[in-house]
Amino acid sequence: MKKSQRLRWQAAAIMTSALLGVAACSSSSSSSSSSSSSAGSSSAALTASAPGITPTTITIGSHQPLTGPAAPGYSEIAPASTAYFDYVNANGGIYGRKIVYKYLDDGYDPTKTASVVRQLVLQDNIYALFNGLGTPTHLAAVSFLNSEKIPDVFVASGCECWNAPSTYPETYGWQLDYISEGKILGQYIKQHFAGKKIGFFYQNDEFGQDGVKGLLDEIPASMVVSKQSYVPTNVNVGPAVAALRASGAQVVVSFSIPAFTALLKLTSLKLGYNPTLAVSDVGSDPITLSGLLEAFAKQGGATVNGNQLTNGIITDEYLPALSSTDSWYTLFKKIHDQYEPKAPLDGNFFYGMAVAYTFVQAMFKAGRNPTRADLTNAIDGGLPQGPMVAPFAYSSSNHLGVTGAYMGTIQNGVVVQQGSVLTTDTTATGPIATYTGSEEQAPASGIPSASS
Amino acid sequence: MAIIVAVIVAFLSIKLNAFRDYQIAQIAVEVTAVAGITVLTGLSGQISLGHAAFMAIGAYTAALVLLHLNWPFYLVLVIAAAVTAVAGAVVGIAAARLHGPYLAGATLLLGIALPSLALAYPGTFGGEQGLNVIFTTPAFLGVNFPPTRWQAWVSAAVALIVLVLLANLTQSRIGRNWRAVRDNDVAAALDGINVAAARVRAFVVSAACAGLAGALLAVITGTVAPGGFTLTLSIALLTAAVIGGLGSLPGAVWGSLVIVLVPTYVTDVATSHGLSSTVGANIPIAAYGVVLILVMLVFPQGIQGGLLRLISAFLGPDQKSRIRRTAPTPYVTPSADQAPASQHEKEGSS
Amino acid sequence: MVEFLQFTLSGVVFGMIYAAIALSLVLIWRGTRLLNFAQGGMAMLTTYVAIEVIYHTHSYWAGFVVALVAGLVLGAASELTVIRPTAGRPELNSVIVTIGLLILIEGLAGIFFGAQYRSFPAAFSVTGLKVGGTPLGVSRFDVFTAAAVLATTLILAATFRYTSAGLRMRAAAFNATIARLSGIRVARVLTVGWALAGLLGALAGVLVSPSTFLYPNSMDAIFVLGFTAAVIGGLDSPTGAVVGGLLLGIGLNYVAGYWNSNLTSLVALGILVAVLMIRPNGLFASARMRRV
Repeated sequence: MKKSQRLRWQAAAIMTSALLGVAACSSSSSSSSSSSSSAGSSSAALTASAPGITPTTITIGSHQPLTGPAAPGYSEIAPASTAYFDYVNANGGIYGRKIVYKYLDDGYDPTKTASVVRQLVLQDNIYALFNGLGTPTHLAAVSFLNSEKIPDVFVASGCECWNAPSTYPETYGWQLDYISEGKILGQYIKQHFAGKKIGFFYQNDEFGQDGVKGLLDEIPASMVVSKQSYVPTNVNVGPAVAALRASGAQVVVSFSIPAFTALLKLTSLKLGYNPTLAVSDVGSDPITLSGLLEAFAKQGGATVNGNQLTNGIITDEYLPALSSTDSWYTLFKKIHDQYEPKAPLDGNFFYGMAVAYTFVQAMFKAGRNPTRADLTNAIDGGLPQGPMVAPFAYSSSNHLGVTGAYMGTIQNGVVVQQGSVLTTDTTATGPIATYTGSEEQAPASGIPSASS
Repeated sequence: MAIIVAVIVAFLSIKLNAFRDYQIAQIAVEVTAVAGITVLTGLSGQISLGHAAFMAIGAYTAALVLLHLNWPFYLVLVIAAAVTAVAGAVVGIAAARLHGPYLAGATLLLGIALPSLALAYPGTFGGEQGLNVIFTTPAFLGVNFPPTRWQAWVSAAVALIVLVLLANLTQSRIGRNWRAVRDNDVAAALDGINVAAARVRAFVVSAACAGLAGALLAVITGTVAPGGFTLTLSIALLTAAVIGGLGSLPGAVWGSLVIVLVPTYVTDVATSHGLSSTVGANIPIAAYGVVLILVMLVFPQGIQGGLLRLISAFLGPDQKSRIRRTAPTPYVTPSADQAPASQHEKEGSS
Repeated sequence: MVEFLQFTLSGVVFGMIYAAIALSLVLIWRGTRLLNFAQGGMAMLTTYVAIEVIYHTHSYWAGFVVALVAGLVLGAASELTVIRPTAGRPELNSVIVTIGLLILIEGLAGIFFGAQYRSFPAAFSVTGLKVGGTPLGVSRFDVFTAAAVLATTLILAATFRYTSAGLRMRAAAFNATIARLSGIRVARVLTVGWALAGLLGALAGVLVSPSTFLYPNSMDAIFVLGFTAAVIGGLDSPTGAVVGGLLLGIGLNYVAGYWNSNLTSLVALGILVAVLMIRPNGLFASARMRRV
């Protein structure tokens, strides 16, 4: 039929012109991979030793949830890392090179993550992917990054799946993984609340499920009377908390993000339920929690007070407490006040700066003219713990990050340490040991020294 | 004709860089799904706000078959389309009695509820972190053939095949039946057309397209997770169809180009102007909203309709009328002005 | 047994929020035969306005009133600027316009207010109420929430039924042409309808935001359930909106409490499909069904 033929020609013409249009606005850059030898003496000239590295810049990328339901909270991290990088750039950079940090929004949607990571690697020619955020999202990027041999460093997720040196040799974790965290929390609960009834409240994804796995490695199952999960898309946690209350749980261990820790607290208040709360580091930052609960403190005749609601919460921490007696806090506060004064200096911000610090350390260790392999080799050789309270596990056979944390309770908006730092691993029977080393102090210049 | 386009695509994918290859694959995936929706909504008059659910079914089917059975790729695509077609039949049967906003509400909730199955049964479906999909380029292409180019070729080929099939379908008796049912289902029934069957058929076809698109998406992104099949995706598919020109297959291509390219372009513009990445991430969202509103106000028949009007401005009268007949057709809620006087009065106002 | 009471009462509270959104959708549907997908987004925006007012004046009620007024203004403005031009065009175009409006509003909120959570105050205490030592699962603020929605609904119903303005709105919705011939300014009536819908949405926003925290996407999930409630009840019926809202609020609480909280959206889908199979135009549908 003539009409259908014409339709087809129309379609062909349109599609062709469309594709040509795509071609026209494309940049013709393609990823090159020239790598020359790296290390040289301290006076060697700076070269473009790897894709993403020029004599003056190092370009790294990331995928972050800047919009969408996961954005609140998490979207603070990348600007904090940028603030630290800006500070380093203003004070000599890395062997004179400035760090260019290009992070793109993926809205916590794995499909979008796949797209922006490919854009960063194939079009923007990043040297490495830094601090990709989220477990389901990063899983959409990890195979691609490893097949393209892009260093995939310090993933912002506590999944133990990043520790796979044989399948994902380019990928490294950084934060305390959720299983180890569960074990450390679990041991504390077992020791301090023997004989009590324990309830779990956890996010129904790998974060919460791994946490529960770790908890059950330590807490005898007979003590656990209820396990309630939630999903971040449903704020109505009333039924879950009612079930916890009905089970008689006297201690609730919560693997929740801050919003749901706050909701747990508020809903418990509504139900007249007052268990002892132990919360994962992910959801226990006192400043964030107070911010979420602050509106309930400012009411005439109100009986709730933001800070009061957080007092007594038990948590674990692998970064130093945000108190002025700590050298890292002093350093990060100085940089925060100078580069990102409007952002709140809370747990997420601290996290962003700390992971940036570790990256800068790794880059210094990689050498004056590093290739991509130099970066991963540098991390495999082990990194100093920097702001972390416990050592990193990095080696050629272990790509997990920090190995331990200390327990603490929140008092007046600050986490007060109880006991020493504890380290462990992700296996069910791996012991929990007391860490006898000491914390590092922040360097006076605020920049890690070039020799590790 | 399709072969010409295929050659052009292949040529472009070799000339352009690897990221553009990926975008070609993305566009092809969207075209496959949007073509299905434009047929469903434009030709058979049934709205679907949950087509991401069908894409999810196709994607998970592909992922599970590849994971457990490791069958060849083309077979996986066929199975994904078939399984989704069955789901489409089920939904279509349930939806055959629903009109307008009620169908919209049901499909909206379907789009939201179905991916939550993955969370309810994490053992099979991988929970929130989803399943990995491994897809390798065939050996005969050699070891140095870029995987993104192969993905672009495969996706574009599937999209072209789907477009050709749909073009044939819409010109056939089935397509004419759809249009008849859409415009006046009572008259169509009087004419002997099985209205319910036609409606279900439309759902089956569009679901199969979405399932294919989902399987392709699984392969090019390498993962299937519930977070990738959100309400945002369903809405993007529908808006792509309407923006491109509802009911027209070229419109499906236009709409897909818009939803894949516009956000990236605007983000690049925003960040190159030095706006902070967080503000810069919201600007494409706001801009996309503005684009939707403007296109609907300025081009009520979508881009394809606008183009045809422009073209017809330069043509003679009989060519003009031929163009008008092929133009995208407006979607009107079937039972819009149907409520008779007595019923309305009885109902009162709460 | 105690849990049953708690689930039911807190289900009523959430249900009234869904009912408020559902009512705003019904108002717009009856007046203009359109679905307003931006309703949740508009509610979120007016709540941001409220929180800025509260922050600067330290008065909750000032913020509350400003939010409602902003809802009126936003609803009317939307109708005049982007919906009016699409009148007479295919209905799906207007739906896409409202979707575009929603996306635009969420983007603007992210740009101007940032993506972080904001804590929104409650009008009254959020500590749970008890009867003889048994916690009821609701607080004074929850009671206020349910009462406020109910009061607004009754006031609107009375306005529709007993005032001439309400009569004009019903006439315009029933048959615009005849209404025009009777001298009714149909266009103005439509704008008023959208304005009232905006007010209902704003009310829902300030009432639910203490429980959801305020951020650009905070009203999305609430909107979906409100829309579902409207469809279940029948888009022509305000009573249906309230019934649909309560059905969902209470029913989903039971599902989450007694069965599996991951299945709530599937159960909502099930309820919707079940209702629509029996009554394809919703529970309180009045339009005659044609069987074809």
